[in-house]
Amino acid sequence: MTVFIIRRMLQALLVVFLMSVIVFFGVNIVGDPVYMLVSPDADQADIEAAIARLGLDRPIWEQYWLFLKGAAQGDLGNSFIFGEPALKLILHHMPATMELAFSALILAIVIGIPLGLYAGLYPDSRISKGIMAASIFGFSLPTFWVGLMLIMLFAVELRWVPATGRGDLGSFLGFQSSLFTLDGLSHLFLPALNLALLKISLAIRLTRAGVREAMGQDYVKYARAKGLSTRRIILVHVMKNIMIPVVTVMGLEFGSLIGFSVVTETIFAWPGMGKLLIDAILQLDRPVVVAYLMIIVLFFVLINLIVDILYSILDPRVRLQDQGA
Amino acid sequence: MRKLTAATAVAFGILAIGAGAASAEKLTVGLASEPTSLDPHFHNLGPNNAMSVHIFDRLIAQDEKQRLSPGLAVSWQPIDDLTWEFKLREGVKFHDGSDFTADDVVCTMARAPEVPNSPSGYGTYLKGKEVIKIDDYTVHFKTEAPYPLMGNDISTIPVISEAGCAATTEEFNAGTAAIGTGPFKFQSYTPGESIVLTRNDDYWGDAPIWSEVEFRPITSGPSRVASLLAGDVDMISGVPTTDIATLEGNSDIQLSQGVSNRVIYLHMDQFRENSPFVKANGGGDIVNPLLDVRVRKAISMAINRDAIVERVMEGVALPAGQLLPEGFFGVSDKLDVVAYDPDGAKALLAEAGYPDGFELTIHGPNDRYINDAKIAEAIAQMLTRVGIKTAVETMPRSVYFGRASTGSPDGLPEFSFILVGWGAGSGEASSPLKSLIHTFDKDAGFGSSNRGRHSDPETDALIEEALATVDDAKRQELLAQATERAIENVAIIPTHFQVNTWAAQTGLSYVARTDEYTLATGVVKE
Repeated sequence: MTVFIIRRMLQALLVVFLMSVIVFFGVNIVGDPVYMLVSPDADQADIEAAIARLGLDRPIWEQYWLFLKGAAQGDLGNSFIFGEPALKLILHHMPATMELAFSALILAIVIGIPLGLYAGLYPDSRISKGIMAASIFGFSLPTFWVGLMLIMLFAVELRWVPATGRGDLGSFLGFQSSLFTLDGLSHLFLPALNLALLKISLAIRLTRAGVREAMGQDYVKYARAKGLSTRRIILVHVMKNIMIPVVTVMGLEFGSLIGFSVVTETIFAWPGMGKLLIDAILQLDRPVVVAYLMIIVLFFVLINLIVDILYSILDPRVRLQDQGA
Repeated sequence: MRKLTAATAVAFGILAIGAGAASAEKLTVGLASEPTSLDPHFHNLGPNNAMSVHIFDRLIAQDEKQRLSPGLAVSWQPIDDLTWEFKLREGVKFHDGSDFTADDVVCTMARAPEVPNSPSGYGTYLKGKEVIKIDDYTVHFKTEAPYPLMGNDISTIPVISEAGCAATTEEFNAGTAAIGTGPFKFQSYTPGESIVLTRNDDYWGDAPIWSEVEFRPITSGPSRVASLLAGDVDMISGVPTTDIATLEGNSDIQLSQGVSNRVIYLHMDQFRENSPFVKANGGGDIVNPLLDVRVRKAISMAINRDAIVERVMEGVALPAGQLLPEGFFGVSDKLDVVAYDPDGAKALLAEAGYPDGFELTIHGPNDRYINDAKIAEAIAQMLTRVGIKTAVETMPRSVYFGRASTGSPDGLPEFSFILVGWGAGSGEASSPLKSLIHTFDKDAGFGSSNRGRHSDPETDALIEEALATVDDAKRQELLAQATERAIENVAIIPTHFQVNTWAAQTGLSYVARTDEYTLATGVVKE
């Protein structure tokens, strides 16, 4: 078991190292950040000084070596634009993204599962057909367009909620979040809904498929024969069984909600990591782009590692294979 | 009875809120681009400079047309060839209550070029200048050679208090060191979210009408417009040209427009016999026709500037015939916009030996200037019409500017024919002349953005003479002459001046600025 974990961790390290090579060289061969940074009034000497200060006059392998040395000590470099450690910048923007992703997930579950359940139980009703048609739109409409339409409808026409930005922060159990104030929630509603739309559709489809499959199963028939109420059959027996795939997929989707909320954050001027990333890409703030990608890589590698270890605990066959190898 | 009381209380509450909002005079502004720091010496960048004007005064202020006016200095003049004397304003207090004196000026000028990790500092404006305190309200700036642009250079440097001179950029961003003499005081700063300032009631100049100002960066154009329409913000900067017509028809919204100091122009390869993106018809090699002034003139005549302004820019631009719009110091009153004349262009091309034209590629950015990629496409069509078959290649600015400046294998500009823009930060004509027209000269710091490497000794001499002439009238004349000569030689082809648009709720208007800054002090109620 220990050998297995050590081996898995070594593999994970190798993956992180290989990704650092790909990410660092990929980001560093594109474009020229110097002309993005210096003022147009700067003369040639100023420009050369800026190149030297950023270390861009060194050969790329040397830049990579310096990056690795820093990374080993937890320093992913300083942002070209803000002059602050890239890691600090990203961590600073993380709570905003987390609360957005979390709210979107909650919305997906609260809206998606009941609708999916209904559509699965009454597949031929008009409402069900309407729900399924709407879920197709949820899948296929581009996020940026839907985001703008939501703003036009709820913020400009109806004036129910603000169009952009993050609201006031509240404090609860030591956490600072805009989830804890009314103003914060009103700012959060539209971006969370926009980010959730695709996930809602996903939850609807998964739940519906699960319900339709489960309703024909023997255990449901048996429960009926036993005289259980429909309510109890659905809410206890069916729900328990269909939740497994839904929870698995939603859990995985949470990762992508965190990592790739770029479009939504840009449209709603939400000060999260995605916004930071897109700004860094546009202005070629290489250390921030590299640090962001490295964090995401680390994030996914860690999840995989944990899943692997859990499997080996849950399923003895994985351990046996490991010993045989 | 109790119900009635409750209802009355609610009604009064609403009234109180309403009254409070009216008297608080809060202004909320949606910004197209966000400052990268509140340290006024950290990053020499438009949005940063605009924000720092609120908190930190300069010795010399630039008004909405970038004309110099007294700031923390009441007067500035040369007392000999190498010395400028600045008399400082007395009785000015910093936000922390301390007095403004010459010591603050001396330490500001020492800190400005030396901020650690600064992406682009203010050393450019302070090179070769030594600042000496004479008494508490007099300082001298000494130079090695006569230097006329002292006022323009010094007007770019925000003055901080002596206490702040030792502070780090983090302390400025946290607000503890963000202490100036400006019309607004630091309240809070959350990067990516908001910057809140409050009125400085002890301001030495005209007190601002707004007791509190909140700036919110909303970089996405459509979202910015939507935030204005939704009433989240009172004013926005950088209105997308495509939205201007719709907003004009909206009675709740009021637009403010003004020409900027930014000229959009074309640079042509004037230093290579074999230019990489100029080919003979059919793709063969050819001696670079852009070296011939007649060809350059023909290109200028083939461009229909009115069409660019009317169709591509939706009317929100001015056709350009020189480096700065009229009204700026150093512009020539003899230069007109080159008239659209496709037949004349064809005739000139034939005279130069290219009756059937040649092949060319225009390169440009697609995310830097207003409608930049569309302009490049329009120009390519116009040139193709007179026989110069022009292909278009646009790219993100992060890739473009590096390649356009030093992209060729030997570190020279990579392209043959490019679309660029230039904003004259100093607000007068020596800025573009020195950087775009003067021969590329690394040691002297001339021609740093001369990506076509145009070189004409006579123009150079005029520019250098102007830069050493302290007498304003004489310098104005020399700058105008240099501009005329550069345009005559078609060193560059100016196409148009950008016009900037701000939009606000009806009842508010903005005094449009040529430097594109968005200042709360410029927002007025009608």
